[in-house]
Amino acid sequence: MNIKDNSVGSKIFDVINVIVLVIIGLLCLLPLWYVLCVSLSAKDAVNAGLVSFWPVGFNVDSYKKIVGEGAFFRAFWNSICRVVLGTLVSLGCILMAAYPLSRTKTQFPKRNMFMWLLIFCMLFNGGTVPWYLTMRNYKLIDNIWGLVLAGGLPVYNVILAMNFFKNLPSELEEAALVDGAGPWRIWASIYVPLAKPSIATITLFTIVGYWNEFFQGLVLSTKEASYPLQTYIQQMVVTLDYSTMNAEQIAAASKLNNQSLDAAKIFIAMVPVLIVYPFLQKYFVKGITLGSVKG
Amino acid sequence: MFNKKFLKHYYIMLIPAIIWLVLFNIVPMVGIVMAFEDFNPGLGMWKSPFIGFANFEYMFQMSDIRQVMTNTIVIAVGKIIANLIVPLVFAILLNELCIQKLYRPIQTIVYLPYFLSWVILAKIVLNIFGYVGPINSVINFFGGESVNFFGIDSMFRPLVIGTDIWKNFGYNAIIYLATMLGIAPELYEAAAVDGAGRFKRIWHITLPGIKMTVALLAILSLGNVLNAGFDQIFNLYNPLVYSTGDILDTWVYRAGLINLQFSLATAVGLLKSVVSFVLITLGYWMADKFAGYKLF
Repeated sequence: MNIKDNSVGSKIFDVINVIVLVIIGLLCLLPLWYVLCVSLSAKDAVNAGLVSFWPVGFNVDSYKKIVGEGAFFRAFWNSICRVVLGTLVSLGCILMAAYPLSRTKTQFPKRNMFMWLLIFCMLFNGGTVPWYLTMRNYKLIDNIWGLVLAGGLPVYNVILAMNFFKNLPSELEEAALVDGAGPWRIWASIYVPLAKPSIATITLFTIVGYWNEFFQGLVLSTKEASYPLQTYIQQMVVTLDYSTMNAEQIAAASKLNNQSLDAAKIFIAMVPVLIVYPFLQKYFVKGITLGSVKG
Repeated sequence: MFNKKFLKHYYIMLIPAIIWLVLFNIVPMVGIVMAFEDFNPGLGMWKSPFIGFANFEYMFQMSDIRQVMTNTIVIAVGKIIANLIVPLVFAILLNELCIQKLYRPIQTIVYLPYFLSWVILAKIVLNIFGYVGPINSVINFFGGESVNFFGIDSMFRPLVIGTDIWKNFGYNAIIYLATMLGIAPELYEAAAVDGAGRFKRIWHITLPGIKMTVALLAILSLGNVLNAGFDQIFNLYNPLVYSTGDILDTWVYRAGLINLQFSLATAVGLLKSVVSFVLITLGYWMADKFAGYKLF
């Protein structure tokens, strides 16, 4: 809360505060800008450490090179498929389950039993190894459905949608009941349309979540062709064993990598998030404050 | 009101979610039995010899598990504390901003890193701190020797906690900023009339106004004490920094899925799951008891 205050101390505070906040803002933005600069710079300039926050030897060779890389596009396509299928499947499950769970105990006596089951599964898991062996038994290795389903039901999003449904005025439902509408009708023509802001939040979080996930992509793939993009990027730089190298060798080894090309791939992987970001922005503040709504 | 005809439809609506939950959340829990077996993939989960708590006894004797446990707790607790305080300071500064036109742009920029994956952010961080990255360029410019930041074990924890704050502080500040917007402006005006300066107003109005939120977030983060952040560390670490940076989750991954010590890795994973579950439950219980916070 800023109140007009003409004392000298207050003015000095204001000036310093603006400077500090602008620096903080730049700290968040510059690393991303740096990647873009590296991707647009000449390979040799990058390896010589000449590139900082402006491209040196501007060119788009790295982006041209990516066009010829089938593996990159396959991974990109895998990620797109995963996001589309995953968002449809989870939104369907979330919205359908949220409606009965938003009913009161008199309307749906078993409600709390299901709630506790969901909460338990949200807070407890069997660990990585049993999970992996189960997925292998399901034959979900190198399978797009593995990438969609393996993470399990997104319980937190079910709770978010449920809290939103719960807070809608019950008069709407009662009016529909008088008109003879059944639960499906009430769900489809009252609750879902009214929950648009909450659905937007959940959709955007789901898209970003599926897009950013790399571990399942790594563990559930036996060949490069089934990697999603994040796993592809995670694996793209050959992991070097630094423990046996001295400083010069590390420097020499890092020069073998085409950093400019890597930066271009990283930047392309950021683009989808940057595209949905303005929409995310609009809704997610509402989304998190909703999460803390008491029921 | 209760309508028996509707009940059937409620169950139908729950079916897809419950199937997903059973197949992908509950069935994997059955595999926990491996923690009490000398698991042999050839014999399978039900025929492998049962050995009771031998895996756990072995685990507590391993010196690297003790190290991994220390690393996990130090990094996780460091992150918890830093992620409570840094966003708080940032939110106070932003709340005191005198140029209203800058409020939205700054807020928009600072939560951008939150939505990018650790795979991408780790590559960026490793480049910036790398041998030919901008930080070493600055060091070289001032005549210093290049530093291999992510190869020095004593620097790994601060770097992990620091980059975690960088990713998350903007997002974590949202809840503080929302609470601050709820403080009545009259309080500030009255304090100003009474001659309270900027710092006095922050100290006596802003801080008391959000102290419940801080306490609530602190309690709810209790469940993260063993959660040092797999995605981040997995993408940043290398064998040079295992001594300070290897955490339970990365150890379990290497032991279980790379070295195929299924039983031992399951046992360590189970220990983590159980302790975390107890702590989270305790956190929610305390949040409900002291702050009236309910998850549903």
